[in-house]
Amino acid sequence: MPHDTHDHPHALLPPDPALRVRALETILTEKGLIDPAALDEIIDTYEHKIGPQNGAKVVAKMWTDPAFREAMLTDPMPLLDEMGFYGRQGEHMVIVENTPQVHNVVVCTLCSCYPWPLLGIPPGWYKSDAYRARVVREPRAVLAEFGVTVPADKKVRVWDSTAEIRYLVVPERPAGTEGMTVAELEKLVSRNSMIGTALATEPTT
Amino acid sequence: MSCPDPVFEAPWHAQLFALTVHLHAQGTFDWPAWTEAFGATLAEHRLSGDLNGGDDYFTAWLATLERLLDANNMAPPAAVEATRDAWKQAYLSTPHGDPVRLS
Repeated sequence: MPHDTHDHPHALLPPDPALRVRALETILTEKGLIDPAALDEIIDTYEHKIGPQNGAKVVAKMWTDPAFREAMLTDPMPLLDEMGFYGRQGEHMVIVENTPQVHNVVVCTLCSCYPWPLLGIPPGWYKSDAYRARVVREPRAVLAEFGVTVPADKKVRVWDSTAEIRYLVVPERPAGTEGMTVAELEKLVSRNSMIGTALATEPTT
Repeated sequence: MSCPDPVFEAPWHAQLFALTVHLHAQGTFDWPAWTEAFGATLAEHRLSGDLNGGDDYFTAWLATLERLLDANNMAPPAAVEATRDAWKQAYLSTPHGDPVRLS
């Protein structure tokens, strides 16, 4: 962040790319090709309204509602739409469920495709070359670096996102959560657990 | 989940993201075309070293958008350079604390 002292003779100069983005906005606004208010609204939406809490709602409901789970695994779009989680970059969701036999993990090797309506904006590491290249080649090693040790007899399946298809991982429901409410369960579902680089959080007793 | 990462690391990342999403919504390009172009830029930028997914990621994003907007004649490079310089001048000539505007 820029330092915030008041001894500058002039306004603090933003970095070059920031000026270039400003320039694009100015040019397109002057030509009437964009609406600056729409940009503010998009930023507000992604900063405040859309995030992993949406995905966590889906996961917790799948853990507690067998009919919903079944529907999410076969044809999730109508129900996601109903929950208000339909939107750009989430038009074709595929929900993949972790089981005692399979651990799923998601990547986008092309760029950084990500299920925005359910998880918001991807974290830096998801966009890094280190993750994008390595998780395909040596998923178990990468998962171990995230603190997830997958037993040798458990399969690891890597899902490569595309411009059209996005994946959401449903982590396994932790033991000892039988009596918990859906709202309590949602808190156990982290962003990384829905990418596959973490497990659901164990409940604190 | 107790200490979530900031959604955007820098304000210009957010501005650039929003601009791109807005242009896509307006039909300036479809998303497969965007991902293909962006993937190509990332591959190019990677030649000079691994990308860490932060600033360098959005630098590649910006290069992609500038290229697409040049290709369809919405923002030719010369205009982008001139407007960028005008903004730079505006920042350098605006007293600290005042809103920065293009003259």
